[in-house]
Amino acid sequence: MQITVNGETVTTEPVTVLAYLESIGIDPRRVAVELNRDILPKAEYPATLLAEGDQIEIVQFVGGG
Amino acid sequence: MKLTEDQINRYSRHILLKEVGGKGQKKLLEGKVLIIGAGGLGSPIALYLAAAGVGTIGIADADDVDVTNLQRQVIHFTPDVGKPKVISAKEKMQAINPDVEVRTYQEWVSAANIADMIADYDFVIDGTDNFAAKFLINDACVLGGKPYSHGGILQFDGQTMTVAPGQSPCYRCIFPEPPPKDAIPSCSQAGVIGVLPGVLGTIQATEAIKYLLGQGDLLTGRLLTYSALRMRFREIPFRKNPKCPICGEHPTITTLKDELDAMTVCDLGH
Repeated sequence: MQITVNGETVTTEPVTVLAYLESIGIDPRRVAVELNRDILPKAEYPATLLAEGDQIEIVQFVGGG
Repeated sequence: MKLTEDQINRYSRHILLKEVGGKGQKKLLEGKVLIIGAGGLGSPIALYLAAAGVGTIGIADADDVDVTNLQRQVIHFTPDVGKPKVISAKEKMQAINPDVEVRTYQEWVSAANIADMIADYDFVIDGTDNFAAKFLINDACVLGGKPYSHGGILQFDGQTMTVAPGQSPCYRCIFPEPPPKDAIPSCSQAGVIGVLPGVLGTIQATEAIKYLLGQGDLLTGRLLTYSALRMRFREIPFRKNPKCPICGEHPTITTLKDELDAMTVCDLGH
């Protein structure tokens, strides 16, 4: 299936948000995830399944100044 | 207040703009902006706000200038090494524009001092280098109803957003809690390209100026991300998060506290 990740179309299996982040090498502690324009609480990453056409934004913590 | 002839001359390129004019320039001269952090982001912010004639500029930082700062903190010069950053910054700001009153706070922001510090200002800018300060500034500005600009940089990436408390999402709407300690590398571990704070800080200064002028659209409800390596800006739209711990429907944060677990300092001097 296809989803949009940070503005780019990607193909993925219908996995959970947590599994998707891990599959692309992202430590879930280091990001916030917006799913279809709503921030997804971290506790829901393991149980939230991605579906065809979902739009996700993965936003990194950036703390320097 | 009436603009003097010198001021009309100094600010003529502003006054020519229909969005500024003499009226807008007076608003800038009467405006008060607090910059927290006199480092990478704080440098261009302080220089541009002083040049623009923002009448009162506060600048807060407890640190001294270190030689490793000079690669990106362009308000500090080689002879300033060892000098308090706020003093070094004030000297340059007043050399650019003697019209400007610069107030220095040679201290770190904390839950104990931040509410008093921001109270007298129209707009606050976060140019700090650690998550404890970034979350504290968000909380103080949301609870105090003070508009502010968030900014962050690391390696080749930056992000910024403007928060209008009560009207637009806040930093905690996106990031409810600071990251666990050591989950995010600091600049001293990971590095930062020197030009990066110039790009992000200049955007933050632009937001302060637009806010004082009451012109244009602020960077609210969207996080602007910048990748210098890919030379790409992206805008991520955000809604207010009903579960936000400070501005959501059932806030759990109602008083200021220091995020002690988030005290990761991101300064190449350390």
